Amino acid sequence: MATTVVAEDAGRAKPRLGDRVFSRLALVAGIAILAALAAVFIFLAIEGVPGLAKPAEFYGSASTFWGYVAPLLFGTVLAAVIALIVAVPLAWGIALVVSHYAPKRIATPIAYLIDLLAAVPSVVFGLWGISVLALQLRPAYAWLDDHMGWLPFFAGPASGTGRTILTAGLVLAIMILPIITAISREVFAQTPRLHEEAALALGATRWEMIRMAVFPYARSGMVSAVMLGLGRALGETMAVAMVLSAGGGISFNLISSSNPASIASNIASNYKEGTPGKIQVLIATGLVLFLVTFLVNFAARWVVQRSERRLAR
Amino acid sequence: MAKSITVDDLDIYYGDFLAVQGVSMTVKARSVTAFIGPSGCGKSTFLRSLNRMHEVIPGARVEGKVMVDGQSLYDSAVDPVAVRRQIGMVFQRPNPFPTMSIYENVLAGNRLNAKKMKKSEADDIVERSLKGANLWNEVKDRLGKPGMGLSGGQQQRLCIARAIAVEPQVLLMDEPCSALDPISTSAIEDLIHELKSDYTIVIVTHNMQQAARVSDETGFFNLKAAGQPGHLVEFNSTQKMFANPDNEATEAYISGRFG
Repeated sequence: MATTVVAEDAGRAKPRLGDRVFSRLALVAGIAILAALAAVFIFLAIEGVPGLAKPAEFYGSASTFWGYVAPLLFGTVLAAVIALIVAVPLAWGIALVVSHYAPKRIATPIAYLIDLLAAVPSVVFGLWGISVLALQLRPAYAWLDDHMGWLPFFAGPASGTGRTILTAGLVLAIMILPIITAISREVFAQTPRLHEEAALALGATRWEMIRMAVFPYARSGMVSAVMLGLGRALGETMAVAMVLSAGGGISFNLISSSNPASIASNIASNYKEGTPGKIQVLIATGLVLFLVTFLVNFAARWVVQRSERRLAR
Repeated sequence: MAKSITVDDLDIYYGDFLAVQGVSMTVKARSVTAFIGPSGCGKSTFLRSLNRMHEVIPGARVEGKVMVDGQSLYDSAVDPVAVRRQIGMVFQRPNPFPTMSIYENVLAGNRLNAKKMKKSEADDIVERSLKGANLWNEVKDRLGKPGMGLSGGQQQRLCIARAIAVEPQVLLMDEPCSALDPISTSAIEDLIHELKSDYTIVIVTHNMQQAARVSDETGFFNLKAAGQPGHLVEFNSTQKMFANPDNEATEAYISGRFG
């Protein structure tokens, strides 16, 4: 390093080399993420926009792009919502057990096991979903059809293969469980001891302490965890493509075989044999998925920030 | 409301580690009892054992007896949660609940008792507790604002208000002024004087002048040697402790010759 400190610089401390290198690295890393995101968006826009307005025969029976994408979008969201409904309470429960209830020698193995779930490839979940879960669920679906058929969700007729949107949602739930659990566990464990003791010293039971001290502190982290899980559920391809036997059409009937595929699984199943025009349509559906994921994330951030601003006044 | 505490030969363990050994004393009702001693001598641990807060740390347990007005605190039939509802605690660092307003912070303990309160009843408790903690005039116009927006000294008085809102029998204070400036400290000390008429107060302090100013009786804790458990060296009236203590170690500590 040359020592060229001139008089006008004397009052200002020169940043050290290490600081400057690190700050540049951090900046580059930050920009790289934005650039990658922008590149993906630009690709989707360039390749996908022509797919929005193709002649009717490209959209199969739907005849317009929106008619084509709407059932797929519905299937995507429905499967993801089922997954969240099942996974989120379970994940928060497990996270609480690990962070606050179980003694350490039990909590640590549980945490490891859950993390291991995240390492299972989605194809394996797909195989398991088809060959085990779907088969096992068939009698359950038949029962639901018989006894709960008055609910629109279980109107039936029950699928003979068990490869319904509910099965797909359950497989997704297992797949998003680890990430929601891991993040929630971290934020729960970071609750300041001071706040926990404040609640306990007032005579709170453990559950009351968790409600008074842990949840308020962890709220934004809990939402982040759910968002990451939702992102994975919306975008998951293989497992859904394998498990779900898609029928098409928008329906809340969870146990029949009339449910639409999800956007991602539809792309995966049709990409290989697609003509260039068909592929543009598929990419356009990818663009829709991208935008929807983006909007959902923004909406959730906005909700969290609004509630935090209200408190920070 | 206020109750006395009798401690008989109390040992406190963290796992296998004996932290405090053989403490016996009687804390009088409606008085202020101070614990002084060097860091790590177990005075905070002992204080926390008086409302079973030390049990929050896994592996912590006690041997011996703690009686509050004749009722054993560690009886197997006694729920630690119930104990903590009777024996309030104020911590070293102010810890209002960050997501709650001043109003909700004061009522946090009452809400736990789960009975539905009428609005007027809740308002009364908030006003009475904040007045009791000498905070009412400063915050009465902004009860809906977050408790974290107050100054450190105000936050600590808010925590005291929260503790007395449930009308405990005993109030434990673990170095309540050590994170505060001298003016806030003086406000808290004045408050302790006033609270004494209604509550039994036990305070741990690193500040010997503070112990001399606020307390009626003082206990001096020390380690027998490094690595040995803490123990109670001397327990006497504050006047005697600071003028003419029975024990040489107490005198050495108080006169600043060690610790």
